[in-house]
Amino acid sequence: MARYHVIHETRYDYGSSVSLSHQMLHLVPRTSQWQNCLDYRLDVTPAPVWRKLGTDAFGNPVEWFAFYEPHEALHIRSEMHIEVHPHRIDTLSDSIAWDALAGRLTYRSGGHPDIDDLAAKRYLFESPHVRIKHELADYADDCFTPGRPVLEATAALMEKIFTEFEFDPEATTDTTPVLEVLKNKRGVCQDFAHLMIACLRAKGLPARYMSGYLLTHPPAGQPRMVGADASHAWVAVYAPGSGDGWIEFDPTNNLLPDTQHITIAWGRDFSDVSPLRGVILGGGGHEPEVAVTVTPLDDATADTP
Amino acid sequence: MPPPLFSNYSRPSDRYDEMLDAHGTVRPHWHTLLQHLKASSPAAMRQRVEVTDRSIAENGIAYNVYGDPDGLDRPWALDPIPLIIAADEWRQLSDAVAQRARLLNAVLADLYGDQHLLGEGLLPPSLVYGQHGFLWPCHNVKQPGGVFLHHYAVDLARSPDGHWWVIGDRTQAPSGAGYALENRLIISRVFPQLFRDLKVQRLASFFATLQQSYEHWAPVDRGEQALVVVLTPGPYNETYFEHAYLARYLGYPLVEGQDLTVRGETVYLKTLTGLRRVHAILRRQDDDFCDPLELRGDSTLGIPGLLHAVRAGRVMISNALGSGLPGSSAVMGFLPAIAKRLLNEELMLPSVATWWCGEAPALDYVLDNLDALVIKGTYPSQRLEPVFGRELQGEARDEMVRRIRARPHAYVAQELVRLSQAPVWSREHAHGLQPRNVGLRLYAVATPDGYKVMPGGLARAAGSANALVLSMQRGGAAKDAWVLADSAVDTFSLLKSATGKGTLVRAGNNLSSRVVENLFWLGRYAERFDGTTRLLRLAMAHYIDNGGESTPEFEALVALCLEMKILRPGREEDDDDDSDWVPVEKRLRAAVNDPATSNSVADAVGRLFWSASQVRERLSLDHWYSLNRLHRDIQGRSADQSELGEILMLLDRMLQVSSSLTGFTMDNMTRDTGWRMLLVGRRIERLTFLAGAISAFLRTLPGRNGRHLDWLLEFTDSIITYRSRYLRTPELLTVVDLIVLDESNPHSVMFQINALERYLMLLEKDLGEVPSDAFSAACEAFRSIDLDTFQHTPATACAEFAKQLKTLEFAGFDLSNRIGMRFFSHVGAVSHQTLAR
Repeated sequence: MARYHVIHETRYDYGSSVSLSHQMLHLVPRTSQWQNCLDYRLDVTPAPVWRKLGTDAFGNPVEWFAFYEPHEALHIRSEMHIEVHPHRIDTLSDSIAWDALAGRLTYRSGGHPDIDDLAAKRYLFESPHVRIKHELADYADDCFTPGRPVLEATAALMEKIFTEFEFDPEATTDTTPVLEVLKNKRGVCQDFAHLMIACLRAKGLPARYMSGYLLTHPPAGQPRMVGADASHAWVAVYAPGSGDGWIEFDPTNNLLPDTQHITIAWGRDFSDVSPLRGVILGGGGHEPEVAVTVTPLDDATADTP
Repeated sequence: MPPPLFSNYSRPSDRYDEMLDAHGTVRPHWHTLLQHLKASSPAAMRQRVEVTDRSIAENGIAYNVYGDPDGLDRPWALDPIPLIIAADEWRQLSDAVAQRARLLNAVLADLYGDQHLLGEGLLPPSLVYGQHGFLWPCHNVKQPGGVFLHHYAVDLARSPDGHWWVIGDRTQAPSGAGYALENRLIISRVFPQLFRDLKVQRLASFFATLQQSYEHWAPVDRGEQALVVVLTPGPYNETYFEHAYLARYLGYPLVEGQDLTVRGETVYLKTLTGLRRVHAILRRQDDDFCDPLELRGDSTLGIPGLLHAVRAGRVMISNALGSGLPGSSAVMGFLPAIAKRLLNEELMLPSVATWWCGEAPALDYVLDNLDALVIKGTYPSQRLEPVFGRELQGEARDEMVRRIRARPHAYVAQELVRLSQAPVWSREHAHGLQPRNVGLRLYAVATPDGYKVMPGGLARAAGSANALVLSMQRGGAAKDAWVLADSAVDTFSLLKSATGKGTLVRAGNNLSSRVVENLFWLGRYAERFDGTTRLLRLAMAHYIDNGGESTPEFEALVALCLEMKILRPGREEDDDDDSDWVPVEKRLRAAVNDPATSNSVADAVGRLFWSASQVRERLSLDHWYSLNRLHRDIQGRSADQSELGEILMLLDRMLQVSSSLTGFTMDNMTRDTGWRMLLVGRRIERLTFLAGAISAFLRTLPGRNGRHLDWLLEFTDSIITYRSRYLRTPELLTVVDLIVLDESNPHSVMFQINALERYLMLLEKDLGEVPSDAFSAACEAFRSIDLDTFQHTPATACAEFAKQLKTLEFAGFDLSNRIGMRFFSHVGAVSHQTLAR
């Protein structure tokens, strides 16, 4: 088990007056079998005129708020203590064959589908950031050989993306299409997650977009820097019979997430779980400053590879 | 010998004919119509066709076609011959349509709720989860009364055996009911006697039912009266005519997304007097554009936060957000089983045979029978035009097969229906009927007593003899559909609907700021058009009268036109010296006809027409007709070809229309805040135009003779008043007095000032403070002018007076800006999305 203190700060300096603002937040961490939030606190400046807590269609906590008075800046500070339990599975090779799974998920009229299979199909089709094109199936072809266990094939796809793509924050934006990422072989964690999801879905396999934080390690001998971290994105693939049915993969780091990945929310893609999505009236430039600090609460955690 | 009516009409054996039975005998319900046609002279029929066409043009009924090189609006094509449906057939058809609407509503309720249809394998998940039209944020949202589908339209075709088949379900924001209503108004006037004799069922009660349904379900708090608005994406939408038409007919404000705002969990209309709660939205905008906060973030048409109000049940949206889902053709094949499961009923109205390729057996069938099928996309987002299998050859066919195999669930194949044919009135032949393929679109509306079907509909005829596609965009024509009554006709009309005292609304409290802004500009452009035309007519007349020779008067007129920026200089300032000097005649022509020349008459008409089209639901049909004629009149000519005399006549006509527009404004418009704002716009424009022109005139006056004063009077439309008062040739002092200071001359500067101050006071009563202090101060200063100086030192007096007028002109512009900032400042400000990781 690992425990963390996380601060996620977002600051908008609009440059000029914003007369109306609606915001939707996916910042409150989701509780799951392997994750438990000990305390949570959200500070918003200026104070919203209206706010409401709820749950979105994918079961994530969501918070809405609105401002009706002119303001020139918005500061949101999300802070939590959270514990993550080990849940990484040991063997990938005894999972169900990927083509058998894809076949089982194909619709047959009159048959009552398995309830978990049906729930997983929410993550099987196109979504706003994940267009499914045959180029993606082609790209993943060599990883998905007939009869291969789905988790082995997925791990191979993850490694392929990790090896062939370069991490480059300048190469893409929030709206860069997956096919362009595939062509240029550059991007950030969000792009790699979308690409991997698109490949999996093109193969007929349900895949989730995971949004959260990752513990990073400062260079040896240097102290942990405040705000040096960032929000992170990875992938979970549907593998009934393995773990709790959804196994996570991090294509940016080529590893299977365990206690160093903190989950905030999951959805079909980034658009379902953007940490902070809003619509404002007025304002000039509005590139936000985001600072995330993930601090392990006991040193043992920090040194666990 | 066949009657001449039928000389171009034949009945093929392989399709159903609406008018003739298998033996070529006229079906009983068509007898009366045919007798009527036979008894009509060719001249009478010609007149009917003309009346039909003219009504379309004059009422501005149009269907905007994106990318149409002929301009934004294409006139709606309407055939005068109605499609007649017998009473007993109608009973079955309307029951079946109502059942289908009930079924699709139940499908939506299930899919946005517990999803039994997916759990029991009755519908493939890809047709729900895979559809962009399935709006996840709306999952588990409750709708008022459990109604998702308030408006439903269905496209029907009749096969050779006489059965009707569904070829399309419209569940998003079905269009056409307004066109059907308009078609009915026109055709019932074309055949008034026939319409009565045939006992045709009326449409009005359908729309009253619709209003009652809104009142029933709109979530009002105690003591509130429901405010219903019609939400349109705006004048660029292909069916904007219908949005405006329906809003006017139903008496609901027509709004765009920017007119609405959400506070907490309540939707409000932004009006000049503050926010007014909206209870129901008749949505004519696609649902994914409706809330940029949770749906499409790139939508600038939406209302951020709308879903808060929807989730809280504080607003009714019809159709519910997400209701486009069962409009996919792929769903059709699953409906019979779903009807049994959800309604425990047999589906009364079958869909045309449909195969969703996502099922392996269906895929095999489709690939084996491609020639007999039409291929469509499963998801509307694919934007795939229907492809006829038999038209696919060689490589194109291989490519299609490859694409279907790669993603079978994204394709649907449908059997080709051999459409029935019905008579249309031939425009090529002198007198007769021609057969054309037809389809029928019917409409249903949800009521607390179940779905009611509009007794009539929109029939569509193909554009040419063998055309398979019925599309208004591809040159087809609409037809009115007459449903015969078997009992007395319900003569209910919306105009006679019972009203109690509580429903009386006197003041227009529901004016959105946007509407008022457009009315203000409508006023300004109407006056600018008038002033520009008047000045140009004068210049053009002088030019023609002097045979193109320059005279001092003409030069003075040209100078004034240049000063007013109505005429362009012969050589632009930034041109090289050796660039060509543009002759004055060419520039005069451009000032009339060239819409690209700013401040030309054509430009003013374009702006006038634009602002009018933004508030179309506020103008009477006659008013709109005048504007429409004006617009067409000036659009239809090219600058360089017309004779000068013709251009002069055009300007004469323009001024006649201009005064009729003024008449409509004064006589036909409701006198509310919006109307007063329109008049403020008119007065500001006339004031600045007059003050600017007279100032320019006075500055250049010295050294000119009295003949200039003639045209100054003419240009200010004051010549008659002058003659009736002075009975002599104009003199400077008397002219200046009449056109500047005389309070009783509606074309004097002083008249504008007084009228403006009066209207501003009234506005202040309605709206609170109006920022008019600076303007009032300028007016005060202007009133203290002393005319005596003109008798002693005319030159100095002219210069001084010109300066004062210039100041007043600027005060007018300043007032316009201040009013804009105070009342309209939100228009043009667009919301945008922000994202942070």
